[in-house]
Amino acid sequence: MKPKGWKDLAPGAVVLEGGSAVNFKTGSWRAFRPVWKEENCIQCLFCWLYCPDMAIKVKDGKRAEFDYDFCKGCGICALECPGKKGKKAIEMVEEGK
Amino acid sequence: MAKVVAVTGNEACANALRQVNPDVCGIYPITPQTDMMQRFASFIADGKVDTESILVESEHSSMSACIGAAAAGGRVVTATSSQGLALMWEMLHIASGDRLPIIMPVVNRALSAPLNIHGDHSDAMGARDTGWIQIWSENAQESYDNTIQAFRIGEHMDIRLPVMVCLDGFIISHSIERMEYLEDDEVKKFVGEFKNFLPLLNLEKPISYGPLILTDLYHEYKRAQHEVMTKVKDVVLDVAKDFEKMSGRKYGLFETYRLDDADIALVILNSAAGTSKDVIDTFRDKGIKAGLLKPRLFRPFPYEEVAEALKSVKAVCVMDRADSFGGYGPLFMEITSALYHIKERPVLINKIYGLGGRDYLPSHAELVFNELNEIAKGAKVKNIKEYIGVRE
Amino acid sequence: MATGLTLKELSKKEDRLTHGHRMCSGCGAPTVVKMVLLATDYPVIASNATGCLEVSTCISEYTAWKIPWIHTAFENAAATLSGVETMYRSLKKRGMIDKEIKFIAFGGDGGTYDIGLQSLSGAMERGHDMIYICYDNGAYMNTGIQRSSATPLGADTTTCPAGSVIPGKLRSRKDLTKIMAAHNIPYAAQASPSHWMDLMKKVKKAHEIKGPKFMNILSPCNRGWRSKTNDSITLSKLAVNSCYWPLYEIEDGVTKITYTPKEKVPVAEFMKPQGRFKHLFAPENEWLLKAVQEEVDKEWEKLQKEAKCG
Ligand code: SF4
Ligand code: SF4
Repeated sequence: MKPKGWKDLAPGAVVLEGGSAVNFKTGSWRAFRPVWKEENCIQCLFCWLYCPDMAIKVKDGKRAEFDYDFCKGCGICALECPGKKGKKAIEMVEEGK
Repeated sequence: MAKVVAVTGNEACANALRQVNPDVCGIYPITPQTDMMQRFASFIADGKVDTESILVESEHSSMSACIGAAAAGGRVVTATSSQGLALMWEMLHIASGDRLPIIMPVVNRALSAPLNIHGDHSDAMGARDTGWIQIWSENAQESYDNTIQAFRIGEHMDIRLPVMVCLDGFIISHSIERMEYLEDDEVKKFVGEFKNFLPLLNLEKPISYGPLILTDLYHEYKRAQHEVMTKVKDVVLDVAKDFEKMSGRKYGLFETYRLDDADIALVILNSAAGTSKDVIDTFRDKGIKAGLLKPRLFRPFPYEEVAEALKSVKAVCVMDRADSFGGYGPLFMEITSALYHIKERPVLINKIYGLGGRDYLPSHAELVFNELNEIAKGAKVKNIKEYIGVRE
Repeated sequence: MATGLTLKELSKKEDRLTHGHRMCSGCGAPTVVKMVLLATDYPVIASNATGCLEVSTCISEYTAWKIPWIHTAFENAAATLSGVETMYRSLKKRGMIDKEIKFIAFGGDGGTYDIGLQSLSGAMERGHDMIYICYDNGAYMNTGIQRSSATPLGADTTTCPAGSVIPGKLRSRKDLTKIMAAHNIPYAAQASPSHWMDLMKKVKKAHEIKGPKFMNILSPCNRGWRSKTNDSITLSKLAVNSCYWPLYEIEDGVTKITYTPKEKVPVAEFMKPQGRFKHLFAPENEWLLKAVQEEVDKEWEKLQKEAKCG
């Protein structure tokens, strides 16, 4: 995309579209990738709640896949995941492995 | 029907604000502005306006709150002086960078140290690069008229910039003068309904004010801001035309007094222009062609027009009621810049006068005109910059 | 419609702080903001002090805020929002707005405890209807971990580094929550993202109270705390359970502890995983570690007394 010239800018540098950051993907920051093991998931939604990057999708109150476009790989979800019978439902694996 | 009154400059401005009836007003005391906002607070207390005041704890917060209010979407005013304007400095840039048409009478006063509460132009001159439009006023009438016009200028859809209306501390703010008020409904009609531009309070369209802009775009944003300033002159003149229709009083980018055929001239801002005009009359009586140019619009500065007005004068003294220590006076720098591009330009000298409320006397103007007269006849300039009215 | 405080219900709400923000991986602040906004069942307008949250959520033409949002400068999130709120009241009075809108200011500890204290104090005293939320990570993190008056005793920062002679910060934190309560505002509270239900209940309560409200919320910062990217919730839990960061509220002058740890853990457990306290575990600094524990104990006792007195 051609960078904007001074005539194309919004007055006062106001950002006119609320939530436009969804167009800025942060997934490439990730060094570790969280992997969901649905079989161990108890649907507590703690991962969704604690994810600082709103990178865990929930559909109709049910946990769905990670949003890898935005997940930065911090690992909070994996650490906080209670899992089932001591077995975590999220595991962190190194990217590219 | 206009009403003739005897009022102070502060009272005149407070009444202009009452007639405009803004939505929000930031109020904080500072001499010599205090009594303007005090009067406005009484208008609020007595139900003469619908304005919501914000009784802030500092001028920094006053300007911050005004920015918040203006971004929310509505007409916003405040007023200040001196240290108060200095404390606002950071926020002044944000008001203009965000393109918010806040209107602010500035009752000019000296800056510390040493502490001094009296009139000079150090405060507003220090704010000349903040991106605000600056309009300067000689007397109570002009302060009143300029305050009313400022709304139309700042809120113009092509402009959307904050405006300072400058008037001299004590000399104008506290002296009673004869002047004319417009009728309330005339003023109301003249300024019109506030038009929203990008209001935060529009929940349907959530916007963000104040992003981080890095090297990729900052330069472009500033270029765009400059472009807006280039449109101000025309708007000022258009608004002045409408204002004249209503009031019969004529305004331009600056005022000239007996300048057309002048050999020598002063360039001088605000109240001291009045004293100078009297002295010009006495010189004219002696057959010396003296004249004057009093800038009204200082930011943006009308370089071409000023150059055109001064080009045939032989010697000009630019009078500064503010200093740039180690440099020439701020007004002098503008006038020399304006005239540089002309081949046959006047000889220019710079006098610093009236700091911290020091009286500007007819005798000072006489001394200057005598010196200019000698220069016009071919005498050499001894010092480009000098203090006048100062004890050795 | 008010949303019930179950994660299932809350998860159906729209994100009003979206992904695509550029806070560091594992930062506590976006989670704090997310929880605050999830607990807000009203249209809301926010202001933000300059700082990590501000620079990372609104850059160029990318804003993560789906609500009207304004940043002006560092020291004035409260003053700026007081202007927005006043314009709202003015236009409402003139019949130009009818909706009920809530106002929230966000500031870090630098922008709140230090440079923004005057502006905050002024706005609270004036009685604007808003919640001021300090996300407290205990230093100027955005500029590179400099000491603030919220930096804990003993911490190593870039301006009070743990050197061979001076072992980090030798002053205690300013107790801002109590300073704000001393303004006699109707509501002041302390919260932590580890105790999300407590946090959200406090936000909900604050919204229902008219006037100025203040909340101080712990916000772990793995860069400044020199901890792991995954431990913001774990560490904030330890902060609460060690009573380093007690959860309480002061409503109309009445202090109530909203969570008492079943077992008060030593503050060292909160500090140990953090690099900023590493030097305190060297034998020569044992006295300082002890001083930190003593201070936490003293403050906790004081708070319990205040809560008993009501
Ligand atoms: S790793 Fe971090 S960013 Fe990614 S989904 Fe888990 S909590 Fe969210
Ligand atoms: S935290 Fe673990 S168990 Fe709970 S919803 Fe997420 S993946 Fe499932």
